[in-house]
Amino acid sequence: MRWIWIDRFTEFEPRQRATAVKNVSLAEEHLHDHWEACPIMPVSLMIEGMAQTAGILVGQARDFKEKVILAKVAKAEIREIVTPGDQITYQAEIEHIVAEAATTHGTVLKNGRPIGEINLMFSHIDQNLAGTDFPEENFVFTGQFERLIAPLLEPGDG
Amino acid sequence: MPMTEEEVFEKVRDTLVDALNVDDDEVTPEAKISADLGAESIDYLDITFRLEKAFDIKIPRGELVPEQLLNDPQYVQDGKLTAEGLDELRKRMTHADLTEFEKDPEVGKIMDLFTVQTIVNYVLGKVNG
Repeated sequence: MRWIWIDRFTEFEPRQRATAVKNVSLAEEHLHDHWEACPIMPVSLMIEGMAQTAGILVGQARDFKEKVILAKVAKAEIREIVTPGDQITYQAEIEHIVAEAATTHGTVLKNGRPIGEINLMFSHIDQNLAGTDFPEENFVFTGQFERLIAPLLEPGDG
Repeated sequence: MPMTEEEVFEKVRDTLVDALNVDDDEVTPEAKISADLGAESIDYLDITFRLEKAFDIKIPRGELVPEQLLNDPQYVQDGKLTAEGLDELRKRMTHADLTEFEKDPEVGKIMDLFTVQTIVNYVLGKVNG
């Protein structure tokens, strides 16, 4: 099992932008605890959904050779609650990408209407400034993430 | 038209407030980016990206923060910069005041060189040539 908080990519422009959707369902157990009387999609999980959308975009930009780790939540602002039955759309754009890191700008929509922004910074951890070594295996991008974008990539996009 | 030091400082302050989530009044010229404003290594890259955008400049890797020098055994021995390392640092960091650091050039103290004024000096050199 994998911690996946997006259902499907609907747009994927390599090295530029990506859009993914997440359908919020009352069948998800976490909503029963958050909260029983009034289920609300936690903003922390919306940050994770954006991190997955943007993180896969950043990873694909380097052919999934880098281990891309969320390093910093530069901004997270959600102005409306999201409840079961709503569809969340995560739109992510790469702002900067260099050998060591990348930053992304993200817009969050609820049922097609913008409700917030989530801007993130990712580290390519094998290029970290401290020179720390990590396992050779790319434990970030497993087949499950790559399968999510496979239908939207042209041959040669990586 | 050249930018004044005050104009550059104001934009640098706004950049640091956004990047490090600190208050305006914490960003004084002498504030140390790591020790006083809480920046971690990844924040230096974030600050670099934001400065490039705010001032429409390019900051080549290693120019603002000469991190490669610190991993070079030619310049660092026993956790301190060698005389050669200090010479190299002086050449690369003309925007920083090295007076205190030169007395005890421990690598661990190098981040203390990065004050708000260091960044202002660097950006002034960039925007005004």
